[in-house]
Amino acid sequence: MNLWAWILLACAISIATKLLGFLVPARLLDNPRMLRVAGSLTIGLLAALTAVNTFASGQGLVVDARVAALLAAGVALWLKAPFLVVVVVGALAAGVARLLGAA
Amino acid sequence: MVFLQSPAVRVGLSVAVATGLYGLSFGALSVAAGLDLLQTMALSLLLFSGGSQFAFIGVVAGGGSALSAMSAAALLGIRNGVYGMQINVLLRPSRWRKLSMAHLTIDESVATATGQTNSDEQRRGFWAAGIGVFVLWNLFTLVGALAGNAMGDPARWGLDGAAVAAFLGLLWPRVRSREPAAIAVVCAVVTLLAVPLVPPGAPILIAAVVAAVLGLSGLGRATEGLEPDVEPYPPASTGSSS
Repeated sequence: MNLWAWILLACAISIATKLLGFLVPARLLDNPRMLRVAGSLTIGLLAALTAVNTFASGQGLVVDARVAALLAAGVALWLKAPFLVVVVVGALAAGVARLLGAA
Repeated sequence: MVFLQSPAVRVGLSVAVATGLYGLSFGALSVAAGLDLLQTMALSLLLFSGGSQFAFIGVVAGGGSALSAMSAAALLGIRNGVYGMQINVLLRPSRWRKLSMAHLTIDESVATATGQTNSDEQRRGFWAAGIGVFVLWNLFTLVGALAGNAMGDPARWGLDGAAVAAFLGLLWPRVRSREPAAIAVVCAVVTLLAVPLVPPGAPILIAAVVAAVLGLSGLGRATEGLEPDVEPYPPASTGSSS
């Protein structure tokens, strides 16, 4: 399957997931265990994506300019900067680190 | 204009502006990941769930398979099903209304609605945030994608750094106590350990399994991780932070 097919399948699953919440009886989803799994999945996946985007290069682990982006974004978030500022700070940090010779 | 005098509508619209602007970074990062303009817009129009969209392009950008990208997006979207159930109980929409409400069921619209106590205000908040985010998110995705196309080589502009910052920014508001922090750290470590052993993309799915197991055996609040990216009702400052 090409990328388009996977994109449309992802979209269909997203719409179906949202709709399912409206259609199934509330008692099936409305329990603390389901809520907790939905929440922990969200946290775990976002943490995994952060880690992979920072350190992975194919199947290798590298420390390069992206680590500067992670640290700078962390400082910006700690200072309660809005999301878009955090993203720009991350880009600038990686750019500056490369100018200074980081891979 | 009764509509604009509603507190929930005003909250919803301000959340929409803040969230819509994220679309700029999504659009730019999506074309940097190799998706074209139409594919990028399809995700924002049809998938319409920020975290899942970032997950999809994040896996593709890392060289992961499209199957892994789709799986990560689907798993990250499970919370929207829980939100749908909550909104269904809260607002009791008619059968046809459910279709449009379902598509607008995201972190921000649900948080805006559930933050109100009056049921009319809950309804107005849901629609204002939902429609507002949908319109602005798509508009800014388009702007971001066009800008990204014009920029060329992603690494030269630090766009890979922007992706790192975007994921940390999505994670940050959800890590407010010790247990979610522990889940985040464990999943990040498991992911990195898995990187050399399995194909790109798969480490993220392994982390998802670990996260689900941790969630099932967890002891913390049931709503951990279900915080919106933009908090519609920020707690009054207590002077204890920063």
